Amino acid sequence: MTTSIVVDDVSKTFRYQYHRTLKQVLRPSRRTREAADPDGGPPTDGTFKALDGVSFEVQQGESIGLMGLNGSGKSTLLKLVSGVMRPDEGRVLTRGRISGLIATGAGFHNELTGRDNIYMNAAMLGMSKEETDAKFDDIAAFADVGRFLDTPVGNYSSGMFARLGFSVAVHVDCDIFIADEVLAVGDRPFKRKCLKRMKEIRESGITMFYVSHSAGSVKRMCDRAIVLEKGRVGFDGDVEEAIKFLHYDGEDEEPDAEEDERDDALANDI
Amino acid sequence: MSQAGDTRPVEVRHDLAHVPLTPPSRTSGVLEVFRRRYLLRLMVRREIQARYAGTAFGLLWSYINPFTRFLTFYVVFGLLLGRGLGIQNFAIHLFAGMVLVNYFTETVTAGTRSLLSNKGVIGKMALPREMFPVASMLVSLWHAIPQLIILVIACVVTGVWGDGPLWVPDAVGMGAALLGFLLIMVYGTAFGLMFSCINVIFRDFQRIVQTFINMVPFTTPMMYPYWITFDRFPAFWHEVYLANPVAEAVQLIQRGFWYPTCEGPCAVWPNPNGDGTLVPAPEFADHLYTRGFIMLAVGLVLLVVGQWMFARLEKSIPERL
Repeated sequence: MTTSIVVDDVSKTFRYQYHRTLKQVLRPSRRTREAADPDGGPPTDGTFKALDGVSFEVQQGESIGLMGLNGSGKSTLLKLVSGVMRPDEGRVLTRGRISGLIATGAGFHNELTGRDNIYMNAAMLGMSKEETDAKFDDIAAFADVGRFLDTPVGNYSSGMFARLGFSVAVHVDCDIFIADEVLAVGDRPFKRKCLKRMKEIRESGITMFYVSHSAGSVKRMCDRAIVLEKGRVGFDGDVEEAIKFLHYDGEDEEPDAEEDERDDALANDI
Repeated sequence: MSQAGDTRPVEVRHDLAHVPLTPPSRTSGVLEVFRRRYLLRLMVRREIQARYAGTAFGLLWSYINPFTRFLTFYVVFGLLLGRGLGIQNFAIHLFAGMVLVNYFTETVTAGTRSLLSNKGVIGKMALPREMFPVASMLVSLWHAIPQLIILVIACVVTGVWGDGPLWVPDAVGMGAALLGFLLIMVYGTAFGLMFSCINVIFRDFQRIVQTFINMVPFTTPMMYPYWITFDRFPAFWHEVYLANPVAEAVQLIQRGFWYPTCEGPCAVWPNPNGDGTLVPAPEFADHLYTRGFIMLAVGLVLLVVGQWMFARLEKSIPERL
């Protein structure tokens, strides 16, 4: 077993507002001051900690479900692991090539055709021309956009757009796969295809980092869960317990429970 | 995900035990950009394709614009205004300079905006971010090529129909023009690197850059002959004027294209002894090539400084976009 991801006492601080006009600097209005300091309490420096002393290690081939409420720091953590951002304190280390889906469709150029965008996006994820050539048919088949492949992606429906991005990401020969809210887009057949693909990814020994609010799919996909709470690790361990920890086990409200059932049904499909 | 027929786990297939654990955001700066040439090439091609996407004439626009500009220059400066300045083939004198000045201003303007206009990608994918200003420089270079072709055609046509000699490129002149291009590439990239990340932190910066960029065409000897500055600036200010790398590059490209089209003295000025006669004037600054090479060396140092600055500032770029 080799270590795949090391996150060691990582903190990341953001400011509420990065750019101010000269007027705001010289004559801050009450609202601006409050925006920098929402509690109205003692003056702060207008910053908040998105991540605060987060530490964990992931072994190669593990499949981690990252959970937490909105604003708990999940996306920031993914950006640090994928290398988009750097931690302010602590360190993040990874082994091997990273691919993933924080970026579905990022870098797509609306004026260019689906074909050109596949090559572009694959190159951004670190694939060479030969590699992309060899996998092009698989990528196109998975995206299943038909004749639209040679039209500008600006004309695509949002589902096709997402499919194309997902398709490139899952065909990268990577060692770490990051998936952020994959199931948020796409219709049911496509979701099923995605989950099937992600299961293959997982079985081929790739480390998976999966963010979702759906308890059902995390249960199916992951063998360990990390729950973030206000930028700290609230829970790290067994998936079932993580779901209980988050009260995501569907006791409180009806719509949640229904949603979970549907997720479970979907997960059972695969 | 697995290669065809290879069902071994990734850990074995990629021999991960021998792959080091590294920070995922590692980068070796501008060198990393050239290590990922394939991506750079695609990005440059994307920019070029996107510029004329959906237009009927497409790339032809890259020729139409400079061509009409040349015709305008020919009429305004060659026939109407240029007569009193004692310069032969004024339109070529001007247009040759314009090729490099345009290249420089485009590189710096697009380079300054490059990070901001690609924020969608930068916020989501781990790429060497030096890629964006470098790509801007290469896209601008690509757009300089049609202008260069128009310039060559203009030089040949002037030789055939004009009264001057036929334009024959000489080795020294072509070397000079190449040095001119190199100067603009190096300085353009250095400024692009510095300005792009400053612009993310301080958004007014692109306006400031634009203001100064508008002055650049007037700081080079192309709309007026070089001898005017030599004649009218005090010695110190004359040296300051010549320390401008764009002014140097303009003279170098003029040496390659305009100089060989002249018959006899390329430029004349009133005799300094005041007897009212016209005598040959210096076409270019003295030690033109020495200055060029010194400026290239300075530019390379500036490039290193620019890279250092970029590396310092880019750490906080994703969250500021």
